[in-house]
Amino acid sequence: MLMRAAIAGDTGAYERLLLSLTPALRGIARRNCARLGLDVGEAEDVVQETLLAIHLKRDTWDMARPIGPWIMTIARNKLVDARRRRGAKAALPIDDAFDLAAPEAADDGIDRQDIDRMLGELGERPRELVRFLSIEGHSVKEAAERYRMSEGAVRVALHRAIRSLAALYRRGGR
Amino acid sequence: MKTQELIGALVADHAPSRFRFAQIFASSLAAAGLVAALLFVAFIGVRPDIGAAVHEPRFLAKFAVTLTLLATAGGLLRRLAAPGVEAGAWRFAPLLALAALGVAVALELVAAPAESWDARLVGHNAAICLMAIPLIAAGPLAILLFALRRGAPSRPALAGAVAGLVAGALAASFYAAHCTDDSPLFVAVWYSLAVGFVALAGSALGARLLRW
Repeated sequence: MLMRAAIAGDTGAYERLLLSLTPALRGIARRNCARLGLDVGEAEDVVQETLLAIHLKRDTWDMARPIGPWIMTIARNKLVDARRRRGAKAALPIDDAFDLAAPEAADDGIDRQDIDRMLGELGERPRELVRFLSIEGHSVKEAAERYRMSEGAVRVALHRAIRSLAALYRRGGR
Repeated sequence: MKTQELIGALVADHAPSRFRFAQIFASSLAAAGLVAALLFVAFIGVRPDIGAAVHEPRFLAKFAVTLTLLATAGGLLRRLAAPGVEAGAWRFAPLLALAALGVAVALELVAAPAESWDARLVGHNAAICLMAIPLIAAGPLAILLFALRRGAPSRPALAGAVAGLVAGALAASFYAAHCTDDSPLFVAVWYSLAVGFVALAGSALGARLLRW
């Protein structure tokens, strides 16, 4: 199982896990956003928020249990949060069938670029760091050289930035 | 930033995990017990006639109730703390403590003459009980909430309330060794009020602190 390898420190396995999870999460988010009367653009936000939560809460998965229900609970919670934030009144149950038959591969660029706005709220240094590491795909080592920080400091700054992003999402961000 | 890029940032942030939440939770329960014990010894301590009291069924009944609540609320809290676990029947487990209390009260009503009911219910230590239990519970509640912030409860207010039950039951278990009011009637009224107050506080704090 990929998560097991990731917990043991295999970064490649962690990346494969998140990449392979995303289309399924996107399928669930789109289906439910449509049913709940939320904008489809909302779905990609929910996917990103779910990924952030999976990342920040990965220590809470009990390795003796299957990981599917753990992921689905997080996805459902994030849909509930999105619905609450948008003030949708209909208390429709969330359809949480983990429907692997209907994954949505592309994000079509229809996310509302919320995350860009939220990156904007992070402050210049963390924003630049996140861009350098994620969008430009550099390594922590390269970032350390470029910003004249220790690798440890880069890791701390990145982790703090990711936690801030999750907090910004939680507050609704807009 | 696209989702793909977000994943890039998350992967860059990934490090082999140090502590699993299960370990943190277990340690927090142990720490909560330790802190409650310290507060108990420092501020109130055991009653002087403890040697004779341990042969008294009413004295023992207090622990049957509080320890049942401690065990059941603790088990439920473990299941509310992280995703992917169904609370299932555990949701109702703390009611066992209520049932135990009900049995004790019924036995007391049979055993004690009706004229003494009022005096037994009012007791001598009601005010101390109402203060001591929340005071002893405050430290353990803080520790449990701190641990739960590392978890991911789907229902923050409920998880906070159950953390309050655990902390309250822990405090009540210690307090019971101090208090000389052993009638189940006293326990039913004052212990319940005190523990209920801690659970309410836990619920209010949980709703604020445990969102993720």
